[in-house]
Amino acid sequence: MSLLKVSDIGVRYSRLTAVRNVSFTLEEGEVLFITGPNGAGKSSLLRAIAGVTPPAGGRIDFAGRDITGLVPETIARLGLSMVPEGRDVFASLTIEENLMVGTGMHSGGNGWRARAAAELETVYATFPILKERRHSQAGLLSGGQQQMLVIGRALMTHPRLIAIDEPSLGLAPNITDQVYERLIALQQERRLTLLIVEQSSTRAMLVGGRMMLMRGGEIVLDGDARAPGKSEAIEAAYFGYGEQV
Amino acid sequence: MSALQIIFDALSLGSLYALGALGIALIFGVMRLVNFAHGDVIAFCVFALLWPSVDAIAIVFAGNLPWFLLIPFVLAMGAGLSVLCELVVFRRFRNTNPATMMIASFALGFVIRYFLLMLFSSRPKSIALLPELSQPVTVLGARMPLLQLITILVTVGVLLGLTIFLRRTRFGLEMRAAAENFTMARMLGVRANRVIMVAFALSGALAGAIALILGSQTGTANIVMGANVMLMAFIATVIGGMGSLAGAVLAGFLLGATATLLQALLPPEARAFRDAFVYGAVILVLIFRPQGILSAGGMKERV
Repeated sequence: MSLLKVSDIGVRYSRLTAVRNVSFTLEEGEVLFITGPNGAGKSSLLRAIAGVTPPAGGRIDFAGRDITGLVPETIARLGLSMVPEGRDVFASLTIEENLMVGTGMHSGGNGWRARAAAELETVYATFPILKERRHSQAGLLSGGQQQMLVIGRALMTHPRLIAIDEPSLGLAPNITDQVYERLIALQQERRLTLLIVEQSSTRAMLVGGRMMLMRGGEIVLDGDARAPGKSEAIEAAYFGYGEQV
Repeated sequence: MSALQIIFDALSLGSLYALGALGIALIFGVMRLVNFAHGDVIAFCVFALLWPSVDAIAIVFAGNLPWFLLIPFVLAMGAGLSVLCELVVFRRFRNTNPATMMIASFALGFVIRYFLLMLFSSRPKSIALLPELSQPVTVLGARMPLLQLITILVTVGVLLGLTIFLRRTRFGLEMRAAAENFTMARMLGVRANRVIMVAFALSGALAGAIALILGSQTGTANIVMGANVMLMAFIATVIGGMGSLAGAVLAGFLLGATATLLQALLPPEARAFRDAFVYGAVILVLIFRPQGILSAGGMKERV
């Protein structure tokens, strides 16, 4: 059974339709890139899945449960962690506090504190810079460090799926490389499922995995990012020319 | 009046404003609501000690309880009413714009006020609340009512307690995260309703504390008794930087100090216009620091 199953989802902001009839499935352990030009509806789709903007129609199943219309905190507690565009660190909180915010959801059982501490060490091992600066305010970090912080923060919630919106936004290319390197390493270590939104398809082709291309609120292409002849098809789909893609 | 006495006056008045400002800033922090019903919650807490009657003489109901029961009772009344306001009214305005929420809070304040008016009439009633607090004490050579000293100590205690709660507990951490970016906190599993409910309960309990102080200080119960503190507290949250708890407290104390100093230093014929000078100072602060003394970090990025 698929980990995530999106069926016929639509997202509307008053009279504007951002996403129309989108359906796809995502298997456990898969990496899926959603790419497409500005205003294609990528972020809206992600926000609908995370419960931030309730979909106008359709159905979303996660881990065998219908999550359509659930509030974001419930969806997060089920193991779907969203890292929004622009990173959204809690700027006035310290790095360690940022990391701890999401651990509250598992506080029911015994040994929460010990487990959170162990988890904290794992995240620090992956991102040593965060440990170094654990007590400084998150707002003072550079963009790349903030991106690592929000990935670490998502990991602290023990997610099965992480949905990331434009992790490369505002980052220098070499920093983006570093972020992706860690992200993919983490994915392989933990058998994480990743849903990554990026504007450019170059990154998807570099990293590999499956890629979907959105335009005008619809999915126009779905397949292996590295398939031969892909770049021409993407170009055609991206700019909206060519007969059939 | 000695300088020391002025300092104690400033601190106790500032305490009152700081407690009020904290009650407003806590709720503003988590849901961007300026709760103008806060002042009426204060009045409600005092009237909760009385039986409904329109007579001039108050018929005491819970007001004769010993202090160790009376104080929790009033705090619980404030917290309870405040949580009720959230459940019945504010929850329905959760995703509306701040102006709509503010108007809803005005309307709710009037509902509470007219409810009290109906039960108690608009005539102020004299009550003897914690009379043992009016005896004078001498501290460092300055004479003052015991209440004044207790007001300051209680405020310091509340500030310390709240700081520990916010800094050291998991729930406090969730509240701070929610105050900075509510949606992001929810995406990390922070339960929105619970955080907001706790903010309302804390804010209501603070209103109860103010009610106790005002009631003992003035010896009267008046349905508009919360209005002045509410106004000052609101001003304190604005000049403190909306959403910044530390700013609200600091500005509350500054306002109290300004008012007390003006009262002591202005020539007698100008004292009647003291508040005009206070508000003049507020305008000056806002001209030079429109974002407030300590603006909350997360505010800039909100659109």
